[in-house]
Amino acid sequence: MKTKIMGLPHRRMVAEPKRVSYYIGILCGLFFFATHGDAQQLKVDIGQDSVLPINLSEVIVISSFKETLEHNGHTKPLSTLDEYLEASQKVNMIKRGAYAWEPVLNDMSSERLSITIDGMRIFGACTDKMDPITSYVDVSNLSEAHVCSGQQGAEHGCTIGGSIDLKVEKSNFRPTDWVGSLEMGGESGNNAQIIGGELNYSDERFYVDTDIIYRNAENYTAGGGVEVPFSQFEKYNLSTNAGYSFGDDRKLSASFIFDEARDVGYPALPMDVSLAQAFIGSVSWLQKGFLGGFTDWETKLYANKVTHIMDDSQRPDVPIRMDMPGWSDTFGYFSQAKWKNEKHQVLLKLDGYYNLSLAEMTMYPNDPYERTMFMLTWPDVRTLNNGFYAEDVIKIKESSVKLSTRLAVQNFNIADEFGLNSLRIFYPEMARRQTRFLRSVSAQYHTNLKAVHFNGGLSYGDRAPSVTEGFGFYLFNSFDNHDYIGDPDLKNEKSLEGNAKISLEKERFSIGLEGNYFRMADYILGEIDPALSVMTIGADGVKIYRNLENADLYNVSLDTEYKILKELKWSGVVSYHRGTDQDGRNLPFISPFAYSSNLQYVHMTFSGSLAMRGAGRQVNFNPDFGEDETDAYTVFSLSLGKQFKFGSDDLYVKLGVENLFDAYYSTYSDWKNIPRMGRNFFMTVSYAIN
Amino acid sequence: MKTIKLSLAALILSVTFTSCTKDNDDPIVVEENPLADYNMLTTLKANSHSLEVYSDQDQFTIGYNELFIRIKDEAADSYVSDADISWMPVMHMTEMMHSCPKSEVSKTENVSVYKGYSIFQMPGNADEYWELTFDYTIDGQAYNATERIEVTAPVDGKKKVNSFMGSDDTRYILAMMPMDPEVKVNDFSAVLFKMEDMMTFPIVEDYKVTIDPRMPGMGNHSSPNNEDLNYDAASKAYKGKLSLTMTGYWKINLKLMNADDEVLKGETVSEENESSSLFFEIEF
Repeated sequence: MKTKIMGLPHRRMVAEPKRVSYYIGILCGLFFFATHGDAQQLKVDIGQDSVLPINLSEVIVISSFKETLEHNGHTKPLSTLDEYLEASQKVNMIKRGAYAWEPVLNDMSSERLSITIDGMRIFGACTDKMDPITSYVDVSNLSEAHVCSGQQGAEHGCTIGGSIDLKVEKSNFRPTDWVGSLEMGGESGNNAQIIGGELNYSDERFYVDTDIIYRNAENYTAGGGVEVPFSQFEKYNLSTNAGYSFGDDRKLSASFIFDEARDVGYPALPMDVSLAQAFIGSVSWLQKGFLGGFTDWETKLYANKVTHIMDDSQRPDVPIRMDMPGWSDTFGYFSQAKWKNEKHQVLLKLDGYYNLSLAEMTMYPNDPYERTMFMLTWPDVRTLNNGFYAEDVIKIKESSVKLSTRLAVQNFNIADEFGLNSLRIFYPEMARRQTRFLRSVSAQYHTNLKAVHFNGGLSYGDRAPSVTEGFGFYLFNSFDNHDYIGDPDLKNEKSLEGNAKISLEKERFSIGLEGNYFRMADYILGEIDPALSVMTIGADGVKIYRNLENADLYNVSLDTEYKILKELKWSGVVSYHRGTDQDGRNLPFISPFAYSSNLQYVHMTFSGSLAMRGAGRQVNFNPDFGEDETDAYTVFSLSLGKQFKFGSDDLYVKLGVENLFDAYYSTYSDWKNIPRMGRNFFMTVSYAIN
Repeated sequence: MKTIKLSLAALILSVTFTSCTKDNDDPIVVEENPLADYNMLTTLKANSHSLEVYSDQDQFTIGYNELFIRIKDEAADSYVSDADISWMPVMHMTEMMHSCPKSEVSKTENVSVYKGYSIFQMPGNADEYWELTFDYTIDGQAYNATERIEVTAPVDGKKKVNSFMGSDDTRYILAMMPMDPEVKVNDFSAVLFKMEDMMTFPIVEDYKVTIDPRMPGMGNHSSPNNEDLNYDAASKAYKGKLSLTMTGYWKINLKLMNADDEVLKGETVSEENESSSLFFEIEF
């Protein structure tokens, strides 16, 4: 879909309208990019422009992540956001089906990450993590995803593992006038049909962007022609954003996203989803000058509403029928300003959000004369978080240091009497309200000696338990086949983190070695309580969230890039991950040794890529969490792209095949080992009208 | 907010005081029925008295029936406040008669209202019926009144009373006291009697009733933090705690133990044994 579009700088450089429309239309479909190759000449240009070649004042935080995300064109322009994220190599995705994958960063998922849309906090409404925030946006309305590791991601909220901030695409007062584009795509592996379009108007005074995308997919076929039942989905996403400029200095903008998915199958789970719906809106005020020497004052008010309805009516054989709706509403704000001189770049930010999470379960007894069984699985938990964030990037000769901190106060209030009484069955003394203080401090250093760059950092951060960890009530996890119960008395999870990257960057060759280490105290994990009786029919036991004494996680990766010819580039990444607790027991969902290799060819209007991706055998797994030894795999993919011109309009066509040899495989992050898609041909066509 | 709370508190206090004063000055207000919120189940007319029997329920049912009684003097058109009352429910079966466990009839805070409870073990039918007899004394004068009453099975058909032979060859009657079940840790009580003869059912003290709530429709799911029923001398009932993790149908499996911890009735629930032969049922 529309996409890539990395930001204003290069757009401004591209003066002629033709090229502008080219970006908007033809580039459509490229967003940030995968490790698997590139799409086309122009996009590569964009990447190079915006990927600050170690611009000391800004890069330190995100350097390596930004490169993996933004330096590689995506082979499959109209693929889902999930596929884009997965292709970044830093981000892994837990899959429960073909839709709504859950991002994993540094071997940590939802509750340990801060995932935001333009800085807005949103929380999924599903107690079983079937609706990560990334499922409520689409590549049609995003321009970038900023991935930050560990406490470097604390700008948008408390986190342990890092942050993913999804940037909404905006025309942003660029004088482009009217532009429109239409994109279509199809895939053979699941008979997917994708159609999208956008229409934007923008001048110096006013802009309005609208876009829409619709996706429809049937069950996909795994390697060897095995159909995976209940893997279909249908979704559409509409978004619009507009801005009005009151002269040079002050701008008002508003953004609205509506996303709805229906009939989404989750082959790895016992239930599907009949509706996942989100309304996401915001209004912001941006002002260049501010009090004193402060500049770039931005204030945003936002609200979002997520509804998620689980449904088992399509499943032929369930022990008991049930409805499991969930709702999550969030209201929030942030206000930030910058200040700088020759040595310092300071960002100060105040932010807060108020979230309401409610989920219920109604079970219908097989005996029709019995009454329905009802429980609140999330007892209307009201979370109020107010935080202050500050960072200072200090330039010291050839080096720079970034210091940052976040302090936050988080309140929980159990608003529903029924839910509070339910939890008091387990915790008779439990208070209705609780307050926690959260803090994060981080120091990051960057220096370079000619072509050798060094990044290193130390940080500390903590987080409050999630709604599920603190207040969940009999939430069934089909992976380890246990019911989970929250513990409101959990201590905050704390993380001490160190990271380092050393890289050599030559004109044609670059290599970087990077690692990070998380020492976590009071790591929150479900532990079996043998005294408790299961609720879910067929479950093996009940787990209660507990604080482990400590846990250690580390991640190491090596990435290289070599420009063999001007048109031909090779890149490769290998990574290793490990996670254990204080007794040396393996933590769940830790990636085995993984690798990828890409060969990209770009010449004039033609591009092609050949990619390989794989992982070693999962040696370090934990059967207590339903894991088994996942086999090694290697898959290959291939893509070809070509652009055509018709007068001032542009047409871009891309063809490709994934899993070329139709391997039947699953990865460590595939829920209950559901197999991945087999050989899949895809094609996308984008047409841009100037 | 604070102001509102304060004024609310003041209001509640003043109301409380006013009502106390009223009670003291004016003990019997004939026009106001203190049992207006209850259902009148039957009226026994005899000796120019009307004995009105009220209950929270809308009929006499099997199990624990908490009953309120008022005696109206038809001539004076007022309620009698100083009566001594005793009662005797009797089941007339085709071949025998028997009574059932019951409490004394005692006075309440409202001097014109008397209360007690009665535990019917079985419903009446076309050929067999319950009869309720009151013996009462007003100002030294003894009276009695008898009336046939309808005792029915509970509308929801759930088991609230057990009448059984214990392993000590004694017949016991164990009845659940009324409760309004919720998803929470509920207060849970029962009363236990033994059958000495057809007409005598004394309270059994200091035994113990273990409880194991289960949901047969949910793979026999159980709940944590239940407390077994122990004898409370003050209320002469067995009291404990019952956790219910969700609404729906619950079977409360029971075991009756004597003071020496010997099981008199009931079995432990396990994988092999889904339920006890001694149980109550709750559905909400």
